[in-house]
Amino acid sequence: MATGPHTSEFKNPVVRWIDARLPVFTLMQKEYGTFPTPRNFNYFWNFGALAMVTLVIMIATGIFLSMHYTPHVHYAFDSVERIMRDVNYGWLLRYVHMNGASMFFIVVFIHIWRGLYYGSYKAPRELLWMLGVVIFLLMMATAFMGYVLPWGQMSFWGATVITNLFSAIPLIGPDIVVWLWGGFSVDNPTLNRFFSLHYLLPFVIVGVVFLHIAALHVTGSNNPLGIDPKGPQDTIPFHPYYTIKDSVGLVVYFMVFAVLVFFMPNYLGHPDNYIPANPLVTPPHIVPEWYFLPFYAILRAVPDKLGGVVLMFASIGVLFVLPWLDTSPVRSMRFRPVARIFLLLWTVSFFVLMWVGAKPAEGIYITIARLATAYYFLYFLVILPLLGRLERPLPLPESIALPVLRGGGPLPAGAMSKPMEKA
Amino acid sequence: MAVFRTTLKAAALLAGLLSAGPALAAGPTVPLPDVRFSFDGIFGTYDRAAAQRGFQVYKETCAACHAMRQLSYRNLREIGLSEAEVRAIAATVMVMDGPNDEGQMFERPARPSDRFRSPFPNEQAARAANNGAYPPDLSVITKAREGGARYIYALLTGYTDPPEGVELMEGMYYNAYFPGHQIAMAPPLNEGQIEFHDGTQATVEQMARDLTTFLAWAAEPELEQRKRMGVRVLIFLTILGGLTYAVKRRVWSDLH
Amino acid sequence: MAETMAQHGSRPPQEGETRRDFLKLVTGAFAAVGVGVMAWPFIHSMNPARDVLALASTEVDLSPIPVGAAVTVVWRGKPVFVRHRTQEEIQVARAVPLSQLPDPQPDQQRVIRDPWLVLIGICTHLGCVPLGQKPTDPRGDYGGWFCPCHGSHYDTSGRIRRGPAPANLEVPEYTFTSDTQIRIG
Repeated sequence: MATGPHTSEFKNPVVRWIDARLPVFTLMQKEYGTFPTPRNFNYFWNFGALAMVTLVIMIATGIFLSMHYTPHVHYAFDSVERIMRDVNYGWLLRYVHMNGASMFFIVVFIHIWRGLYYGSYKAPRELLWMLGVVIFLLMMATAFMGYVLPWGQMSFWGATVITNLFSAIPLIGPDIVVWLWGGFSVDNPTLNRFFSLHYLLPFVIVGVVFLHIAALHVTGSNNPLGIDPKGPQDTIPFHPYYTIKDSVGLVVYFMVFAVLVFFMPNYLGHPDNYIPANPLVTPPHIVPEWYFLPFYAILRAVPDKLGGVVLMFASIGVLFVLPWLDTSPVRSMRFRPVARIFLLLWTVSFFVLMWVGAKPAEGIYITIARLATAYYFLYFLVILPLLGRLERPLPLPESIALPVLRGGGPLPAGAMSKPMEKA
Repeated sequence: MAVFRTTLKAAALLAGLLSAGPALAAGPTVPLPDVRFSFDGIFGTYDRAAAQRGFQVYKETCAACHAMRQLSYRNLREIGLSEAEVRAIAATVMVMDGPNDEGQMFERPARPSDRFRSPFPNEQAARAANNGAYPPDLSVITKAREGGARYIYALLTGYTDPPEGVELMEGMYYNAYFPGHQIAMAPPLNEGQIEFHDGTQATVEQMARDLTTFLAWAAEPELEQRKRMGVRVLIFLTILGGLTYAVKRRVWSDLH
Repeated sequence: MAETMAQHGSRPPQEGETRRDFLKLVTGAFAAVGVGVMAWPFIHSMNPARDVLALASTEVDLSPIPVGAAVTVVWRGKPVFVRHRTQEEIQVARAVPLSQLPDPQPDQQRVIRDPWLVLIGICTHLGCVPLGQKPTDPRGDYGGWFCPCHGSHYDTSGRIRRGPAPANLEVPEYTFTSDTQIRIG
């Protein structure tokens, strides 16, 4: 490490003074200004930034909601209704927070799928990917505990069912469940600790997101071609090219978000959660929030209690070892015609699981859930390892710059410096 | 063109996720009647006169069994009642207050800031008085039932004689839209049972529509402000989106 | 999008430059306005909610308060002193020349109807509740109230006479709804 003040390149004297002592401006400039980024991102590469923005929105609305929320079984439901009715713009904060959870999962699902399609989990980005899976798990825990807080029927019974998953653990399972509850059923102690953890976990997520981005900035971003940049002609500075491209995606994203919040705020929720929790009456159809449905379907597909729980956790756990299951050296599915078909089938199986997770666990639905579950695991555990050996990938392009220029048609020399005009 | 393809794919993904919504819950078995309300659609607002009539129906009919504990009398200002009218309505109800200086609870006429008085002190009392059935709180009822306002309207107008072969249990009534069709609530609305202040004919359909409007307002008092704000936000975002996209094209133009 | 862009002809760079700058400026300003407007719901959510504002009035029955005694009622979460003053206390309060008062205000302006004095029972120094309501309480050197936190003395009109408090005890907005009843707020 160099001693003495950092030599800053900034002109503004205040910025320069701070930067010489704490080079945050240099850091930002390096990581988000001039950071060399592959020039060929498509709009799928927006979703990391969108997830980041959503996390900030969730934390901001959450902090303001918590100023009015009361984590007590007698007051929780009423305090939420008070937020909706009496607190100034309370309805807006709550609906943004509530639908923000759904938006967060939509964004993260697409972000993960982007990684699957373009092989972003492969060397050297294995750790980056695994940190992402950790974030996903933390998100699920946070979302689950957040859903309990309004203390409606679905809150209560969702909490009961999910905490009871742990009773499947041999020997110590029942003790763990009592420990989670802080009592002999889901009750006030449970609500209190869930509120506490629901407030805490997002900040843990922020920490892991920081590591996720730090790891990203070591390896650099993957890109739709899945080949490494070979030189400066293959990269562009992050700013302004990707800051503005992310901004375009962000505005479109906000429009979808706004339609949900302002015109169909309860569309993704369940009406039963507007019935105050009643520990004596289980609603006829209990379903988790839509983003848990695929995993819920896997749980129900197995006739054995422990087996179902194990398989459900394994459906996410398998993502941790994915970098070693996929043995193909080619990252992007663009050049893997066979694997691409199997991945699209996997995507279908994911949606089928989501659909069947909301259906009653009986008859044909169980068979469908089992088939989809089987394929979900088959893809990761058998198909990918085999395809790495058997598949013949298409020839990879020479470099990133070449196909972009080729796709853009013949350009006159020096066109790089001339701004193009759109009519 | 790759960008277009991927964008389309993203849109398809989103659409898929959104369409998973209605699949979440098994809806009522009978299709609901296709009624329209003043508060439907992105510019919808509550018909104030209907909501006021609906409040009258609630007060004279439903309030005997159903609480609306999330509402205060002051909220009635929002459906167009004057300060004096709200005061007068509140003053006709006695609410519990206290303890006073002697440590006793006492009853006093309600003020606008008081919550709607519940007909029963607790769920047990409500069940005891209603043959074991619990008349649910109506504060958020249109949000708490699959089908929302449309379902409430259907339920209120859906009482019929049981079809051939259906044996009703003691004290139950047949309703085409209630899950299981056997409901403990007697038909609450009967032709002409209310004399509306504004002279509207009190048919069952009219009362059901007015009551539903009132209940929808009670459940979502923020609806008008929300939709108004939503329209503005979307207009703003459309313009901002156009501008941002134009900047993006310009920034990227020197790369191509 | 690469293709579509390449098909358009280029213009002189200078014009493009200025138009780009202007476009960027407008877009940036637009986005900044949007962010600014969205900050308001967050800020406003911390202001008193509608149910809080609705509880802004309290009614007090004056008939059980004997001469010389005082009661404390709660209004907006704050103590309000209602004192049934004696004739002597009223005379003392009115006899003081205004020039002797740190915060000059005639007693007549501080009451609506004799003998009732209604005050917000919060010391104008740093928000403690002064003593003097109960018969056993110290009433300070001027027979009114005494704030034990930092030693402010109030007279029988609730006016500051000595100590660090800068102003008289505040008189809340109230009205007589009958001869023996007031509504505060």
